Amino acid sequence: MPRVVVDVMLKPEILDPQGQAVANALPRLGVSDVASVRIGRRIEIEFTGEPDLDRAREIADKLLANPVIEDFTVRLAEADETADARS
Amino acid sequence: MTARVGVVTFPGSLDDGDAARAVRIAGAEPVRLWHGDPDLHGVDAVVLPGGFSYGDYLRCGAIARFAPVMGSIVDAARGGLPVLGICNGFQILCEAHLLPGALTRNQHLHFRNRDQVLRIEAVGTAWTNAFQPGQEVLIPVKNGEGCYVADPATLDRLEAEGRVVARYVGGNPNGSQRDIAAITNEAGNVVGIMPHPEHAVEALTGPSLDGLGFFTSVLKHLVGAPA
Repeated sequence: MPRVVVDVMLKPEILDPQGQAVANALPRLGVSDVASVRIGRRIEIEFTGEPDLDRAREIADKLLANPVIEDFTVRLAEADETADARS
Repeated sequence: MTARVGVVTFPGSLDDGDAARAVRIAGAEPVRLWHGDPDLHGVDAVVLPGGFSYGDYLRCGAIARFAPVMGSIVDAARGGLPVLGICNGFQILCEAHLLPGALTRNQHLHFRNRDQVLRIEAVGTAWTNAFQPGQEVLIPVKNGEGCYVADPATLDRLEAEGRVVARYVGGNPNGSQRDIAAITNEAGNVVGIMPHPEHAVEALTGPSLDGLGFFTSVLKHLVGAPA
């Protein structure tokens, strides 16, 4: 059954301390050409019937993301990109 | 008649006992409310205590906001019921859209636990009328996600309408914008505060008795409020 992928990211103007902490650690790996890191959350939704992007958008807007501080995108997953398909 | 102040317990609440005790010390009758029970049992005010509601699996307060009791509290709060959200309770009030803005991970990523000086900026709310304008109080703060954020227009509106209830003084423990520690809604009956007034109501367990003012305020408010 195809899944719907919801990506939730902090809005660009909201400070992302987690991403910043990771970016600050990169020089310790010898990485010096990264300007910034932003960390978000990926959610995969599997409907019992056909995947419903509109419903997924509603779920994302009401629960998965907080529109005050976060943006989200909703799309159908490609056949080989879900967690199960990769494992 | 003694005022009855409800204290909600969510799975993960840990300051509900202290909040109920603070209510009792202030002279009211604490009424324990359960998150899964939409009945408010006729309480005159509600405290959403600190803790880690529903494990905060998604975002702090995001799932707690959908608890059956919250539906009743949101309706009653819109009708004027005094509601105080402390720490996780503040996060739940923001997620429930009773208060604007959001609380995010502390800017330095560390949990902060210390006694904190606050300046009370707004004394017209149901929960702060016992204070003097500009009064400084000492109240414990303990949070990992206490950084208050909102867009600049919202922050400007809060300032212009006198809805910033308290600000951090002598250091901002979490990076909150404009040092905001507590805010209120337009009507002044709903207050969200990140520090913990319920931990400053007894000399034995707190750094001061300054927190008591929040709980005596609501009693004063209820006496003055039309039935």
